[in-house]
Amino acid sequence: MTAGLDPLRLTAREARRLLTDGELAASELTKTYLDQIERVEDRVHAFIQVTADNAAKYATEIDQEAGATRGALAGLPTAIKDNMVTEGVTTTCGSRILGNYQPVYTATAVRRIWGDHIVMLGKANMDEFAMGSSTENSAFGPTHNPWDLSTVPGGSSGGSAAAVAAGEALWALGSDTGGSVRQPAALCGVVGMKPTYGAVSRYGLIAFASSLDQIGPLTRTVYDCALLLRRIAGHDPCDSTSVALPGEIELPGAERLEGLRFGIPTEYVARGIEPGVMARFEKTLTLIEELGGTCVEISLPHTDYALPAYYIIAPAEASANLARFDGVRYGFRAAGADDLTEMYEATRGEGFGAEVKRRIMIGTYALSSGYYQAYYGQAQRVRTLVRRDFDTAFAQVDLIVSPTSPTVAFGLGTRTADPLAMYQSDICTIPVNLAGLPAISIPCGLAGHLPVGFQLMGPAFSENRLLSAAHALEGAIGFTAVPTFCDSRDAADAPGGSCGRPDREAVER
Amino acid sequence: MSAWEPVIGLEVHVELDTATKMFCGCPVTKGDPPNTHTCPVCLAHPGALPVVNERAIEYAARIALALGCEVRPRSIFHRKNYFYPDLPKAYQISQYDEPLAVAGSFDYWVGDEKLSCRINRVHMEEDAAKLIHAGGEAGRIAGSEYSMVDFNRGGTPLIEIVGEPDIPSPEAAREFLQQLRDLVIGLGVSECNMEEGQIRWDANISVRPAGSDRLGTRTELKNMNSFRFLQQALESEVPRQVAVLEAGGAIEQETLHFDPETGVTTPLRSKEEAHDYRYFPEPDLVPVTADAAWIERVRQSLPELPAARVERFTSQYGLSRYDAAVLGGGAALAGFYEELVAQGIEPKLAANWVMGEYSAHLHSAGLEPGHGHVTAARLAALLRLVAAGEVSGTAAKQAFALMVEERAEPLDVVARHDLGQVSDTGELAAVVAAVLAAHPAQVEQFRAGKEQVAGFFVGQVMKVTQGKANPQLAAELVRAALRGGDAAPTDAGAPA
Repeated sequence: MTAGLDPLRLTAREARRLLTDGELAASELTKTYLDQIERVEDRVHAFIQVTADNAAKYATEIDQEAGATRGALAGLPTAIKDNMVTEGVTTTCGSRILGNYQPVYTATAVRRIWGDHIVMLGKANMDEFAMGSSTENSAFGPTHNPWDLSTVPGGSSGGSAAAVAAGEALWALGSDTGGSVRQPAALCGVVGMKPTYGAVSRYGLIAFASSLDQIGPLTRTVYDCALLLRRIAGHDPCDSTSVALPGEIELPGAERLEGLRFGIPTEYVARGIEPGVMARFEKTLTLIEELGGTCVEISLPHTDYALPAYYIIAPAEASANLARFDGVRYGFRAAGADDLTEMYEATRGEGFGAEVKRRIMIGTYALSSGYYQAYYGQAQRVRTLVRRDFDTAFAQVDLIVSPTSPTVAFGLGTRTADPLAMYQSDICTIPVNLAGLPAISIPCGLAGHLPVGFQLMGPAFSENRLLSAAHALEGAIGFTAVPTFCDSRDAADAPGGSCGRPDREAVER
Repeated sequence: MSAWEPVIGLEVHVELDTATKMFCGCPVTKGDPPNTHTCPVCLAHPGALPVVNERAIEYAARIALALGCEVRPRSIFHRKNYFYPDLPKAYQISQYDEPLAVAGSFDYWVGDEKLSCRINRVHMEEDAAKLIHAGGEAGRIAGSEYSMVDFNRGGTPLIEIVGEPDIPSPEAAREFLQQLRDLVIGLGVSECNMEEGQIRWDANISVRPAGSDRLGTRTELKNMNSFRFLQQALESEVPRQVAVLEAGGAIEQETLHFDPETGVTTPLRSKEEAHDYRYFPEPDLVPVTADAAWIERVRQSLPELPAARVERFTSQYGLSRYDAAVLGGGAALAGFYEELVAQGIEPKLAANWVMGEYSAHLHSAGLEPGHGHVTAARLAALLRLVAAGEVSGTAAKQAFALMVEERAEPLDVVARHDLGQVSDTGELAAVVAAVLAAHPAQVEQFRAGKEQVAGFFVGQVMKVTQGKANPQLAAELVRAALRGGDAAPTDAGAPA
């Protein structure tokens, strides 16, 4: 470890101050993270590819750059989810079908922060095509949760979340279609935000479900989240669905919640929330009141229909979005086919994993002639109702809060055989994607030895209100625990293997 | 046969001549090396997103407004899903049930009869890439060894004009298409080059008892780009359907292939194999909005449309309806004609020449009106000589041919080839005298009262002068000489 830096605790805000004040060289900072990757990556597997040489070289170049010409995020080591295309760096989307894909351009969000001189450490692991809630659907093997290596980090941005939690990256970019930033952030004890639909350009984000996908930050703190979001947000002429934010993202400083009304949707907490998660959630509600906020029960009556609607709309869009992976122009092509149809079938049959195929089939079916109205049409009507639920609720409250995930990190392999159980992981996160609204998950403590996430949801373009409230609450929660890299499958007394004691603050050295 | 009437509908695709493609910034080009105008968007690389070409929307709106359509304030794009190597996204972005424009009509002429065809809709989409099948016979996929894709064309803006089944005959279908092509070219939105496939169409056809208002089962002819083959195909399909129905059979709804060599249509695929395109709204694009002010601006920018121009040509230039339709139907030919008139050529003379010599020249040289050596200025220079009586009509035609052949100026040609009309009295009088001297028998006939013999002598004068004699002057001199006038100074040889 360099100069006493602790990658498990360092924030981007502090790192930036150290770099700006000349107390730390970018090359030292990057080395800190590359060393940590060296130390823990074989157990965590947060990355599909670590671009160590490029990162070290680039950090050295930043050190030679005069302060005045350095970008706003110069030298800050960053992990990028592997569904954002990066020119010259293989981008797989967690899939065999893009296993060798060399992008010919760079995603707008990435290009923006490259322009700010961030240092890219590598491409983070993910569920194939962002389809999943555990990162077990990656064609390149699962990521392990650094809080307990026998559990999943959540997904689909599990690599990004685990990298930040494990100190393998200062922060990361992920993408959120139904909770894919917030749920892994919750399970890994970090901050994760899904901005308002359209706030961040999707150009260069390999599409899963175009009307739901948004890129968002995974960071250690809410302040860092705002710092990264403000650099990636904004209109992009290459993405027709992107919009200019009404105002710049502000760096939050609030400590109180006076005057803010928080709605607790009865439908979210009615059932299926683990007791440990519920306890942390309720504890956090008391903190809200202590900070001067008001909590009221509200109703989002169509919540039960959100999950089924999502599992029609997202697969329907995916079935078209993934049709371009046909073996004709780039990526994997199966060998030995005799004609075009055979080539398509073999390439897609061998190139896609089981969950991706399942969703392509669901989506294709939902769009088929004769079924369209009953499935896709009906799901779109539900989507409108879900959106109206939020409109009605936000006439009464400023923000809505819920647990991010009904459970803490679950064991690797425990849900892979049951897709419906896996889909339940996103029950609290999906509705805002359907409504296009912003939401943030912050750690609110541990249940047992595993982190719990607290979700705040806001009206469209209320990013500043959300970040401000989350910042105040974060201060009150005072979450300081760090992961132990234990493995609850090991004997409790094995070195580094004790997951038994909650709130353990051991730092693996 | 007279108991049945054909019902024909056309769906016409037109590639727009925008600078760039429908959803990306790649240039729209013709004839460049394959795959030199591509980008992540038109190659459907992962993560790439479409952005609508505003100029293409404007061009489509021009066509829609010229067809009297209502341009809808909000229209959306859909995805039309199918796998094929010429479609890199495996879906075509196209408009479906909320198109750009609806409910128009197109007036066209078949001979002197004005017909009208309702236009169901005008919508926007993107063209597919071009497939090249190698190693087989004549570029066909059957028997080829491998296929290559040229993505230069992929993503070219395309509009589809969907006509209602209002066309009453194969000939009318051909006229509809030719006149629609003229309209589109005149709007400046596409050159509609036939060989490049910039305009192509699907035809559907059915027959029904004459006077019935019910539609019969239709067959379709897809992706055609020859007016002649279309007419031939329809002319062979109508009696086929009639024969089937008169024999008590039923028409299968199917797609037909027309073989121009045999003149026979054969089934291509039946509806059982029809695709399920799984249309759904394109989530990567926002709706296209067209406010009233924008629509009005586009409407104001439309040039004069052919129908209005034909009306104007009859009233302004006193042309017959037929001449006006020939000259005014296409913007280019109309423009050429009006340039001649603007240069002071009398409208009827100009009309005769444009429809005659000039059109024949365009046809044989394969030129579009206004192109090639014969500019309006050159033709006007020649016609001014005709109008002034300095060159006879016959000589002018020679001069025209020589002007084309030698790529020369009309005045030079006339001078060099001595095509000027002889209006010099002395010169012509000598010729007249010689002609009279050579034909004493005919002179006698005239003098015996058979005055029509004069025409013979005028003809002889024209022959001797190779058509250059001013015919009126020649006639005057001939009559004077025959009447024994003093206009025949070399009359000496004539018998007393």
